[in-house]
Amino acid sequence: MPTSHEHAIGALAKPVLEVSNLEAAYGRIQVLHGINIKVGEGQLISLVGANGAGKTTLLKAISGLIEVTGGTITLFGDAITTAPPDRRVRAGISLVPEGRQVFAPLSVEDNLRLGAYTRRDNEREIDLERMYELFPILKQRRRLAAGMLSGGQQQMLAIARALMARPKVLLLDEPSMGLAPRLVQEIFEVISNCKSKGIPILLVEQNALAALSIADYAYVLETGKVTVEGTGPELMRDDKVQQAYLGM
Amino acid sequence: MSELLQFVFSGLTTGSIYALSALGFAIIYNASRVINFAQGDFLMLGGMFTVACTQLGVPLYLAIPLGVLATVVAGALLERLAIAPAGNSNVVSLIIITIGASMFIEGVVQILFGKNQHAVPSFSGETAIPVGGAMLLPQSLWVIGVAAVIVVFVGCFFRFTMIGKAMLAMSANREAAQLVGINTRMMLLVSFCMAAFLGATAGIVAAPITMVVYDLGQMLGLKGFVAATLGGMGSGVGAIVGGLLVGLLEAFVAGYVSSAYKDAVPFVLIIIILLVRPGGIFGAKSVDRV
Ligand SMILES: Nc1ncnc2c1ncn2[C@@H]1O[C@H](COP(=O)(O)OP(=O)(O)OP(=O)(O)O)[C@@H](O)[C@H]1O
Ligand SMILES: [Mg+2]
Repeated sequence: MPTSHEHAIGALAKPVLEVSNLEAAYGRIQVLHGINIKVGEGQLISLVGANGAGKTTLLKAISGLIEVTGGTITLFGDAITTAPPDRRVRAGISLVPEGRQVFAPLSVEDNLRLGAYTRRDNEREIDLERMYELFPILKQRRRLAAGMLSGGQQQMLAIARALMARPKVLLLDEPSMGLAPRLVQEIFEVISNCKSKGIPILLVEQNALAALSIADYAYVLETGKVTVEGTGPELMRDDKVQQAYLGM
Repeated sequence: MSELLQFVFSGLTTGSIYALSALGFAIIYNASRVINFAQGDFLMLGGMFTVACTQLGVPLYLAIPLGVLATVVAGALLERLAIAPAGNSNVVSLIIITIGASMFIEGVVQILFGKNQHAVPSFSGETAIPVGGAMLLPQSLWVIGVAAVIVVFVGCFFRFTMIGKAMLAMSANREAAQLVGINTRMMLLVSFCMAAFLGATAGIVAAPITMVVYDLGQMLGLKGFVAATLGGMGSGVGAIVGGLLVGLLEAFVAGYVSSAYKDAVPFVLIIIILLVRPGGIFGAKSVDRV
């Protein structure tokens, strides 16, 4: 069970993103039933849960792609619950969506430049070069239509595109989905790299073992409710989590 | 030979007008998947506002930009008052709204300007220029020239500007566009303004040839739509090629068969397209790897 020491780590970080009693629905079908989640400065928070639990819905609600029916979302203490998606991007939220969602007919480089669409500073070109250093394959293919990339490359592009916005919190929706083990490892290295740069991360994963191993704190989502939460190691020791998500 | 050239001139002239109209369809379609059946009315409004200005004594060179501006405002109002409030309605509802808007615009214009045709003087005289045995009207040169310049500008806009790329991104993947911070509501407004601009310009340069009447937009809009579909809805190159093709075919049918069949060309074409190649000539081939 949670030790007071481990809880202290989670509590110390100043909150960046706070989701309180969040409810969301598709038409008349309620999907999220009062979710409470916090992402603190420099933290990597993992969210695991079965198919259809509402993980994607939660991330879409945080990004503003769907309207919520109750609760609040705050970023650095400011309520953004009803702000349109572009305002949330400007405020610092970037989502790497499920299924990558690159701009298929546009070139790799245009995809990256569009990632910085909300920025007006003059370091965008520098960041573009940084992304090419981080993902050399994208540099090789920068003139190619993004839709022609392999699944793994598209995932790299989707992450790089999100990073081009210089997010203050990065949301990732199943970035390892459908990728070969070697690529999964590569993606997780990129995520660790982002964390070490101090970017707060909310990571949704079905690969629970990998997600819990690198998490500072984690939540288990079941049919639209948080059922278990704790630090990564705590959840990995939890009997229920072991049975349901770690296959032990 | 000189006869053929004559038909080519005439076809390129009307084709240029259809091409601009078709580009307007494509731009709004890309931003929203909506087929804007009021596109033809933008052509009519451009001509009608210009006529109204000249009737008030404004010289033509001022009346033209005013006509374009007023039409762009009308396009913006159409989006703000009719499309935006419908918000998340499905595409079919939005298309029906544009049909209603088209009837409304034509009704208002009919009340204000009557049912009769209004003439606009040619920009630089009526003296035809002999070219290779055929005669080319100076106004045809205006139409083709203005269309060419606008097409180049629109091409550069989408290729080189961030707003242009954002519109392409929005067309490719609306949610992802929102996730990089593109204000999709604003982009829809921009697309209506652009479509209105293209329509107004086409309508005004064509006005000395077509005359202006309240329901002029019905035929021009329909032919623009056929041109856009023929080229592949949403494709810029397709809209231009489609527009020129429809114009040329019409001219050939009118010249070699009978002008009575001219207006049947687009309808026959659209049936053929739907049967043979529903995606159009440059129809969006998905570049997604599956
Ligand atoms: N657009 C939609 N319209 C209606 N219902 C939806 C829609 N999207 C998702 N749902 C439903 O909402 C519930 C939550 O879906 P969601 O996609 O958030 O789950 P998830 O946890 O991301 O699942 P997965 O692991 O498969 O990605 C599911 O029951 C799903 O069927
Ligand atoms: Mg999901």
